[in-house]
Amino acid sequence: MVVTGLTDEAPAVRMRAIGKQFFGNSVLRDVDLDLYPGEVHALVGENGAGKSTLMKILAGVHRPDAGTVELGGEDVTFGSPRQAQAAGISIVHQEFNLLGDRTVAENVFLGREPVRRGQVDRKRMEADTAELLDGLGERGISPRTAVRRLPVAHQQVVEIVKALSTDAKVLAMDEPTAALADHEVELLYGLVKRLRERGIAVLYVSHRLREVFDLSQRITVLKDGELVTCTPTKELTSDQLVRHMVGRPLEAQFPDLADEAHLGRTRLSVRGGGNARLSGIGLDVRAGEIVGLAGLQGAGRSAVARAICGVDPFTEGTVELDGSPVTPTSPRSAIRHGIAFVTEDRKGDGLALRQSVRDNALLVRRAAFGRARGLGALDLAALLRSVTLVSRGPDQEVRYLSGGNQQKVVLAKWLAVEPNVLVVDEPTRGIDVGAKRAVYDLLRGLAREGVAILMISSELPELIGMSDRVLVMHEGRLAGELPAGPTEEAVMTLATGHELEAA
Amino acid sequence: MTETSTVERKPRRIRLADGTGPVLAVLAVLLIALAFVGPAYSEPAGYLALLKRAAPLMILAIGQYFVIVSGGFDLSVGSLVTAQVVIAARLIDGEEGATLWVIPLLLVTGALVGLVNGLITTRLLVPSFIVTLGMLLVLDGAVFLWTGGSPRGALSEAFRVVGREGFEVPLLGSVPWSVLLLAALVVAAVLFMRGGTGRTLVAIGDNDKSVRLGGGRVENLRTLAFVLSGISAAIAAILLGGFAGVSAQVGEGLEFRVITAVVLGGVVLGGGRGSVVAAMAGALTLEALFSLLNLLGVAGGLESAVQGVIIIAAVAYASVGRIPFRTRRST
Repeated sequence: MVVTGLTDEAPAVRMRAIGKQFFGNSVLRDVDLDLYPGEVHALVGENGAGKSTLMKILAGVHRPDAGTVELGGEDVTFGSPRQAQAAGISIVHQEFNLLGDRTVAENVFLGREPVRRGQVDRKRMEADTAELLDGLGERGISPRTAVRRLPVAHQQVVEIVKALSTDAKVLAMDEPTAALADHEVELLYGLVKRLRERGIAVLYVSHRLREVFDLSQRITVLKDGELVTCTPTKELTSDQLVRHMVGRPLEAQFPDLADEAHLGRTRLSVRGGGNARLSGIGLDVRAGEIVGLAGLQGAGRSAVARAICGVDPFTEGTVELDGSPVTPTSPRSAIRHGIAFVTEDRKGDGLALRQSVRDNALLVRRAAFGRARGLGALDLAALLRSVTLVSRGPDQEVRYLSGGNQQKVVLAKWLAVEPNVLVVDEPTRGIDVGAKRAVYDLLRGLAREGVAILMISSELPELIGMSDRVLVMHEGRLAGELPAGPTEEAVMTLATGHELEAA
Repeated sequence: MTETSTVERKPRRIRLADGTGPVLAVLAVLLIALAFVGPAYSEPAGYLALLKRAAPLMILAIGQYFVIVSGGFDLSVGSLVTAQVVIAARLIDGEEGATLWVIPLLLVTGALVGLVNGLITTRLLVPSFIVTLGMLLVLDGAVFLWTGGSPRGALSEAFRVVGREGFEVPLLGSVPWSVLLLAALVVAAVLFMRGGTGRTLVAIGDNDKSVRLGGGRVENLRTLAFVLSGISAAIAAILLGGFAGVSAQVGEGLEFRVITAVVLGGVVLGGGRGSVVAAMAGALTLEALFSLLNLLGVAGGLESAVQGVIIIAAVAYASVGRIPFRTRRST
């Protein structure tokens, strides 16, 4: 597919009619992809659409069963990632592959250290790394710093430098912003721009549509292993793109907000809450209401959630539930008071991955209430239906579920104890568009049943779309409150510590 | 997508827990082989005798299972068994009447040792491997100090009944009391593991953070596992004292034998995976294997070598056996 507006140059990579099967399941069929020098090419699609497989074929991890890969006009077959690397194709994986206790330079040249008289030539390694960093305009990073000491955004830079150090002409990035905070994303934007200027072809895989629109020149959409479209970014709206991805129009991205009639009495009320990370936190959440908690990474959003849920409790101030004062000093006491906490790190804190769907869904019920549960009987099948879980049954281990379905299991385990207050931290991180919508509907449905919901999200459009009110945090304090539907600018103004100008 | 909705569920079928299959297959092969090799196994009595021999190890395996599945180790059970037998002999000293209070005392001591193991592990955050290794040495030393190397006193007849005697059942002949006790404990253990506390214990071994955030009392439950392991050691000591008599070596090496047994049953070291029935099947398999080797005339000295090979092979099987599966899933 030749696209107008791009140079007539030959593509750096030309993939044609790529097909791939795993154990008889076809995961890619007849997919074409061209990457031009100096182009950022976004690859999007739902989980399981085949993005990773296509990327791994490009990087030599998998061999295609059908189709050809051309590099600079010549047919190539890569037997290993090393061969692909030697040919100028590098990949930056979603999870960092860095050794924390080694220096930046040691990481960049890991396994390819320059040797002089039988010893690693430290000086040359550091000089070369400095040159690479310089070339990207990253002068703030010293090659001699241990990677552990760097902020996450700089670690990401190191990953990219490492990928470039093999003279890469094609760079594939898999969810490069997954680990980054909002303001760190800006740094990455600058970096990607400089990669373009250097004539590198960038393949950019991301779930965050805003980045896709900000950065890319063309977008390729995959669905169920097939190419849906390859279109210049300028010619697409975000609604159209979502429709391509899910294969059906999404009526609206978010469910309707609550109207005043649905709001009940105040369920959760915090006054003067403070601890080592927070001070002067005062907030109310009413029955039926979803209150969004915004702020930059490190502003204390998660700390508020952890304090309310008894993980790192408030040391000063009061918490009231339905009008009566409580002191949640442990997750157990918070849960027994009817507070549920969907944590940010699904795999790390949320799920026992090797246990079954059933055991995970019942985990909180069993762990926090035991025999004297004082809860009604539970219909597991109905519970799993209510979160629209797709699984092979309650005996399936949760590690085999997709991210979206895993998140539904997390929600199910909290719904099993019928909470009055639900605190959700990044409820849609790393799950695909369809599953996101299911989570939104679920949260809104719970609110309508009278649950008070406090929601944290780093994706501003999501936070704004879901919240009946938005509280913005800055450096451990509440910087302000905004009514439903604030602009992103208003939220960011407060989040960066500025006052809103009086309208 | 091959996934189907949860709504259309097939009727519930009997399902073997993870890792149960292989150990049951090996056990079946060994039991059949025994019938061919040993004339004693042509009748039920032969197998009952095997069960009687295996009962202490199988009971220890129940206790060890609780500890391993929740993410720990209990290396202290061997010396705990020795200490219990030696203490019992000294306190009873041939006096029948003492049996009644000594047996409860042993159970309480076992629980106490487990409690100390559990508290140090969970409150002082010392890895259980180290805590129970320390406990092993402490108990060893204490027994040596107390007995001067040769235990004194003697067990009462009443004490030895459970480990030694049996009762008559038509068709089967004499069924050992220990087998009856074992059966009762199996049922209790299975019921416990099906309940909320048991499931939570496994979840702790898988991801203790998720249990803590879910309101579970992780430290208490882990401590409970050590207490149960201590009690299982007390029961095993009562059986072994009756069966094998008093010596300062009665529990020697049992900790490694029982860990081998549990691992052979497919229970994953580090926790979160495996069933209690499989752990016990592992113990029986190990005993059956030793009986078979014995009948085939293999030197007894080879037992520990065989055990060493088994523990390495079982862990390797558990680790490598899953890897191809994982890559298959990584698409």
